[in-house]
Amino acid sequence: MQLDAMYQEIILDHYRNPHHKGLRDPHDAEAHHINPTCGDEVTLRVALTPAEGSALDEKAVVSDVSYEGMGCSISQASTSVLTDLLIGQTVAEGMATLDAFTEMMQSRGKGEPDEDVLEDAVAFVGVSKYPARIKCALLGWMAWKDAVSQSLEKEGA
Amino acid sequence: MTDREFGGPGTVPLDTKAIREDFTILSRTVRDGRPMVYLDSGATSQKPRQVLDAEREFYERHNAAVHRGAHQLAEEATDAYESARETIARFIGADAGEVVFTKNATEAINLVTYAMSNAATAEEGLRRFQVGPGDEIVVTEMEHHANLVPWQQLCQRTGATLRWFPVTEQGRLDLSDLGGLVNERTRVVAFAHQSNVLGTVNPVAPIVARAREVGALVVLDACQSVPHMPVDVTDLDVDFLAFSGHKMLGPNGIGVLWGRRELLEAMPPFISGGSMIGVVHMEHSTWADPPQRFEAGVPMAPQAVGLAAACDYLTEVGMDRVAAHEHELVEYALKRVGELEGVRIVGPTEAVDRGGAVSFVVDDIHPHDVGQVLDDRGVEVRVGHHCAWPLHRKLGIVATTRASFYLYNTLEDVDALVEAIRDAQKFFGTRP
Repeated sequence: MQLDAMYQEIILDHYRNPHHKGLRDPHDAEAHHINPTCGDEVTLRVALTPAEGSALDEKAVVSDVSYEGMGCSISQASTSVLTDLLIGQTVAEGMATLDAFTEMMQSRGKGEPDEDVLEDAVAFVGVSKYPARIKCALLGWMAWKDAVSQSLEKEGA
Repeated sequence: MTDREFGGPGTVPLDTKAIREDFTILSRTVRDGRPMVYLDSGATSQKPRQVLDAEREFYERHNAAVHRGAHQLAEEATDAYESARETIARFIGADAGEVVFTKNATEAINLVTYAMSNAATAEEGLRRFQVGPGDEIVVTEMEHHANLVPWQQLCQRTGATLRWFPVTEQGRLDLSDLGGLVNERTRVVAFAHQSNVLGTVNPVAPIVARAREVGALVVLDACQSVPHMPVDVTDLDVDFLAFSGHKMLGPNGIGVLWGRRELLEAMPPFISGGSMIGVVHMEHSTWADPPQRFEAGVPMAPQAVGLAAACDYLTEVGMDRVAAHEHELVEYALKRVGELEGVRIVGPTEAVDRGGAVSFVVDDIHPHDVGQVLDDRGVEVRVGHHCAWPLHRKLGIVATTRASFYLYNTLEDVDALVEAIRDAQKFFGTRP
């Protein structure tokens, strides 16, 4: 049965018991993303702490990621995993993690993800075999990218 | 076509075994060798060999650009195209001159809305197609985006106001304020003959009667009715009717706008260019008569021929028998799916004025996840909002899972669906 390869226990765990869920303050920016094919949505906030002696930039630390959303197990679990991974990373590290995750999701199940980089998120490699579900897995990640960009732009403005 | 019988004349049920033999794709397997159970005909139907053969024969024997050129092939291609128009017109009880070919039903509806936009800036003679501030267009809450967004856009471009019939909790149109919603300001009433989500067959006659009283045009989205039940434009008495070829055993890339001749004759074009003209000067042009006025560019003749073959196929089976067969399927599905614990049908739960689309929600399992387990079992359904987002919002749900039937589906397909829903509940641990 291929289902088990897709719905790995890690994914179902995060789905049933999501981490860091709920919208929190303080936050620097909020992004609301919708998957237009199914109506799933996520509202995601990021709080950044600037590196010592500098403004908000790529060296800033992601001090919190909080979210609310409704959607399928894949989108919800993926957002939960994201919070575990990205809270505590710098923006630059987070963007690199995002790139690694995106690359894995576009691998059609053939990726060999680096567990040191992606940790629990490697469980989503099975999802990448199903093109219709890739957007589900990326929903929260795209919202995170958007919220971080907004935070940095605000700082630059 | 051959003279094989599909269960013998006048008998019900259909011989689905014989029918299925015409659809090669139905015997394939999916996902590790599972027999495929195709329950997504509401999105697009499968095509019988007869349709594919007709298209192939056109390309192999008669292919040329139609309504251009005087060589023999051009003659044959044009004859094939126009004779396809006659077959398709006959299928809906219309005259060939009233059948306009479009890319699909979406384009057919846009043809009307953009013709009305074009009329808005034209001379007074086109008043019947003009809408502006103070005018109203009425749709329904259960519309597919294809029969909602174009009207929204027309209102935005012209300043007209969009209004809509609400949907009841049972998934029926609420016509209690028919007289108020459709009033002397109403210029157009546009609605679905059959809902692609709820399966509800809407009552056309009272809406048409009210629209006539106030002089409004009636546009019927027949995408989910023409493929599944006998439809006669004279009986319906509407002004425009749109449907797609690919949902009725025909090829992709062709749809139909049927319109009353006098309306088509008065209506300005939507897309302009080659072969829709009367005379062209550098400064100005005049238009061809309908239907050519609305068919700019080289048309989809091979697809028209394929769609005509689909009409022939359905006529041979008998549309009344197709409808009866689907009625049996939907009655069975409503019962079997409806009695599953933790599953709720979205739409009328009685098979009265109801077509073969059965949407449902499974408690505590998102439709995407339901669909994934069903797919793993070979059961191909649609999940999401089915391009009817406002309807889902009204019903307080994000998305649904939809099984939709056609003449090649069987009661066993329904059993497979039920079994797969149970598997999904087991897999996600919501039911023992």
